[in-house]
Order: sequence, then C-alpha cells, then structure tokens
Amino acid sequence: MALNTQPNIADPDEFYAELIRAHDGLSDAESAAFNARLVLLLANHVGDRATLTEALAAARKP
Amino acid sequence: MPLDDRYQLAFRLYPYERSADQDAAAPVRHPVVVMGGGPIGIATALDLGLQGIPVTVLDDHEGIGMGSRAICFAKRCLEIADRYGCAQPMLDKGVVWNLGKVFHEDRKVYEFNLLPEEGHRFPAFINLQQPYFEKFMVERVRAAQAEGAPIEIRGKNRVERIETKADHTILHIDTPEGPYTIHADWLIGADGASSPLRGMMGLDFEGRVFQDSFLIADIRMLSDSFPTERWFWFEPSHGAGASTLLHKQPDDVWRVDFQIGWDVDRAEELKEENVRRRLDAMLGGDVAYEIVWSSIYTFQCRRMKQFRHGRVIFAGDAAHQVSPFGARGANSGMQDVDNLGWKLGMVIRGEAPDRLLDSYHEERAFGADENILNSTRATDFITPKSTASHMFRNAVLDLAEHHAFARPLVNSGRLSVPCTYDGLSLTGADALPGGPARTRPGSPCPDAPVGNGYLLNALGGGFTILTLDAEAPETLTEDGVTARRHALSARDDASGALAERYLGSADRAVYLVRPDQHVVARWDRYDETALRAALRRACGKE
Ligand SMILES: Cc1cc2nc3c(=O)[nH]c(=O)nc-3n(C[C@H](O)[C@H](O)[C@H](O)COP(=O)(O)OP(=O)(O)OC[C@H]3O[C@@H](n4cnc5c(N)ncnc54)[C@H](O)[C@@H]3O)c2cc1C
Repeated sequence: MALNTQPNIADPDEFYAELIRAHDGLSDAESAAFNARLVLLLANHVGDRATLTEALAAARKP
Repeated sequence: MPLDDRYQLAFRLYPYERSADQDAAAPVRHPVVVMGGGPIGIATALDLGLQGIPVTVLDDHEGIGMGSRAICFAKRCLEIADRYGCAQPMLDKGVVWNLGKVFHEDRKVYEFNLLPEEGHRFPAFINLQQPYFEKFMVERVRAAQAEGAPIEIRGKNRVERIETKADHTILHIDTPEGPYTIHADWLIGADGASSPLRGMMGLDFEGRVFQDSFLIADIRMLSDSFPTERWFWFEPSHGAGASTLLHKQPDDVWRVDFQIGWDVDRAEELKEENVRRRLDAMLGGDVAYEIVWSSIYTFQCRRMKQFRHGRVIFAGDAAHQVSPFGARGANSGMQDVDNLGWKLGMVIRGEAPDRLLDSYHEERAFGADENILNSTRATDFITPKSTASHMFRNAVLDLAEHHAFARPLVNSGRLSVPCTYDGLSLTGADALPGGPARTRPGSPCPDAPVGNGYLLNALGGGFTILTLDAEAPETLTEDGVTARRHALSARDDASGALAERYLGSADRAVYLVRPDQHVVARWDRYDETALRAALRRACGKE
C-alpha cells in the first residue's frame, strides 16, 4: 500500500475546522501531547509499515 | 598494587591455594586459561572441562561478589546451564513470575500476563540473585572435578600483564605469595565490563553511555502487599525516581530500581537515610524492611569491534555490555559460552580448522548487536532524551490505559531471547517446505515434550541428526566428525507441540543440530550429500 497523497477526505474544510477546534483551550504543551496521541492512533489505523515509513519521510520533507 | 578485594564476597568458594605452577622451574603451559571467574568464566570452564579439555580459571577474588547484579535469568540461559548440569538448583531456588503491571504517575496503565507457552522444561525466565546463579555453577564445577573433569579455579590470582605470541599467551600473575608466570595456548577474557585484559591489549570498547544513574536497592520484607509480579512505574507520583521497578527475588527479597538522574552525589545518595527516604516514599512509610544491598549504576551499550584476537578470545561483559533493561547481560554471555565451547573444543582436538573460531565472533557479535539494539530501545523509552521523545512516550502510556493497540509500544525492557544466526557463515539451507519459521536454520532449537521428558535433553554436546518420521542412518561421519541420529515421531508428543515446532505443515523432517542446539540446516528427507556438506559447513570447512 503506497502512501496516498491524493485528496482523500470527503469534506476538507469541515475536517480542517474540526482538527483546529480539537485544540481549542489547550496549552502549547497539551496541544503537542494531543498531536502525539493523534499520530499514534492514526499510525496504528494505517498499520502498514512501508506506508508509515513513507509518511514519516514525507512529513520530514514536505 | 596489593591484592585487595574490590568488592565484598557473598560466598568464599575458591580461597587462595598455592599451585605447583608457582614452584615450577619454567612457566607451565596450559591448553586454556580463563581470565575471570564470574558467571561467564565459570560457565566456560564447565563447557570445556566437561569435554575433557583442561581449563584453568584465574580470578582476582576468592569467591562470588556480594551484590546481586543480575536477577532475571531467561529460558535459553537455563537451557544452557542444564546442558552443564546445574539448572535444577537454579530452578528450585528461583522465583517464577508471569504477571506484570505498568504504572504511569499513580495510575495503573495496564497489566499483562506472560502466559508461558506450554511444553518447555524451563519457564520463560526466573528471578534469582546472581550470587546464587554463580554458586550453583561453582558447585557443579566441584562435582565435575570429583568425576575427573580437568577444571581448576585459582582464587586471588590476578592477571597483571600479558604478552601475546603467535600460538600462545604469556600471563604474569600476582598472588598473596608473590608473582608467577604461566603460558596458555588459548586465553579467554571473561574479566567483566571493565576488562583489564582489553586494556592490556589496547583494544577498543566503544558505544553509548546513557546519561542517567540508577539506584538499586535489594530489600527484605515480609509483605503480602507486593506479590510475585513485576511492577514498573513511569514518572511515579511518589517522586522517588523518574522511573521505578519493583521485582521479586527469592528469600523475601525485592529489587527496587530508581532512576535518579545523571548529576548525582553518589556517596550522598547511598547513605542509608537517603535510600530509605526513597523507599519510604514508594512503599508508604509504614512498611518494615531491611536493606540487603544497594548500589548506584550508570549504563552503557557497547561492544568490542572484534571478539577474537588470534589466541585471545573475549566473552561476556568483557566483549559487550548492555543496559540491564531486558536482562541481556549474563543471559547473552551464557550464549557466548554455549557458542564458543564446542568450537574451541573441536579446534583443540584438531577436528575443525582454526577459522571455525572466527564464526564465534561473527555469530556472537551479531547477537550482541541485537541485544544492544533491544536494550537501547528500552532505555530510550524509559529515559527519553528529547522533548519529542518524552511526549511520544507519555502519549503511548496515556493511550495504553484505554486502547490495546498502544500496549505493545510500551517498552520497559524486552525479554531476552536468543538470536537466530540467519544467513551467517555456518548456517545452511532451509530445504523443508512448510517448516516453521522458529526452527529455520540458525535458530536455537525450541524445547518440546517427548515421551516422559523433553527434547533438548537429547540434543547438544555433539552434532545430531534429528529425524521426525523420516529415515536416516544411525551415524554419519564426515572428515572425522560424527553426527548421531536422534529419531522421533510426531506421535511421541500427544500435545502436538513437537509437530507444531518442528514440522509445521510438513509430514516429515530431518534436522542437523549443532552441539549448542542451534539448527544448521533442515530437509524434508535424508540426503547424504546435503548432510555431509552441511556438516562441513558447520565445522568451518566450507
Ligand atoms: C544492576 C544490574 C542488573 C543486571 N541485571 C541482569 C539481569 O537481570 N540478567 C542478566 O542476564 N544480566 C544482568 N546484568 C548483567 C550481569 O550482571 C553481567 O552481564 C554478568 O555479571 C557478566 O558476567 P561476566 O562473567 O562476563 O563478568 P563479571 O561478572 O564482571 O566477572 C568478571 C570476573 O573477572 C574478575 N577479574 C577482573 N579482573 C581480573 C584480573 N585482572 N585477574 C583475574 N580476574 C579478574 C572479576 O573479579 C570478576 O570475578 C545486570 C547488571 C547490573 C549491573
């Protein structure tokens, strides 16, 4: 499974707003911890090791 | 330098005695000298001595050091000790545990049950104070000596200086009655992590130092509130350490291990009142206990570039050092001995070429790298070194409390398991279609029930042709080396474990097994030409 970098989220504006809302009221440290948990949850959902490696590389070098 | 003890003794088992070598007109030559009588040196003496090869152990103390360093001894280590005939007392004395609990701050994040796989003579591991582990081995040496095994242990014999020659080493030794000199065809360096031998030979020992100190206290308490389980706290709210480990040992003793940071005043921290302050914070002030032993450690992960230097061979902590998370120190050192013993024996008896010993470095450096990788990862999880690493560590712990997926990411030390010598020089072909991955060439043979006993009792010492529902001759001799058949049928084990571990989906199998119980190669039938080639390969003749 290759990393899908084509549009894949049905309602992008709504998703983005929800993501930002999720950080409402969090301090910088809490936001960072939230993001870490989110990354882990999503990574487990993806599961495929090669895809995760690709995603890590893509995030490092946008 | 006077021969003062560097540590207190738990058991004085080999008091200094004058040896005839000290009065000899010319230095006496020995086939094998082992420098260091720690667990690895004594195991080396047992392996070689039980093969009938004269071996002399030199140790600068008169017995076993007091502090229990190692407490976890894994299955493979016990299986090796069993080959030497000393595992039963370890098993009898040791504590078996299966339940582990992980805490973050004051919350229990989750617990796990190791649910041991059935059909093994030995448990996944036992907890036992290292001095007992060593004592049972020295007692086995005494019994073997009584049966004629040519083993000698010389206490208060400190190796001061060596000279390496093409085919031997000259050792200058100091004793309470003055110095003397001996020669050794082979010298085994089992002199521990700070190996003076390595220093004498100017050899490297590079790796990573972890910038953290650990205060270790063994305490005796009669308490029901701490059961036979392993409890690990990340960032405990009692504040006594950045992480804390509680682990049961025999004799009502618990190991408590506090991570206390890098910049610490050792003398101050080790004062009884300060050790008690931490313990009281953790145990709650009303628990009565006695401090048996305490010490402060810093940890490193490193290994020598080369374990073999001609006629000098390093084993155990002298060759490699790991952080203790995952209990891979003594456990992996025992695997070094298991690996080295038969190879050195064959080379000394002229059954195999000298280069067989190069495979000792190849295989055990491979094992050391695997152990270093595992213990480095555990250490990084336990003591995160960057803000991001700390954040992810805590994210894993937070999620683990509610979601099963995060639990395998929690790493407070991975159990020591032996490595498989995949693709290395002595390892042969896998010609058993459908054979299980765990018994592929290079693997240590897993135990299995057979009749009223266990498979591993029948393997090791020499080469074995293990057949399962397959035909093969009783012996096969190739270039002076004989492999003996051990014939089994899947029906010998009603539980099905034997078939599951050795046949997989195959109907029959032929395995060639090394003296250290590792698989050389396997086939779906007896093929004489292939077996001969595998046997040559396993002896370093290909
Ligand atoms: C806190 C802690 C916890 C640990 N927990 C575990 C665990 O749970 N499981 C595990 O498997 N391992 C564990 N280990 C590692 C384990 O203790 C070591 O791997 C093991 O002791 C190594 O044995 P060795 O024989 O190689 O070296 P050592 O035990 O260090 O023995 C070396 C010997 O050489 C002698 N010597 C030194 N210099 C000379 C000289 N010049 N002449 C003659 N003799 C000399 C020394 O006196 C000593 O007797 C732990 C270690 C620590 C520190």
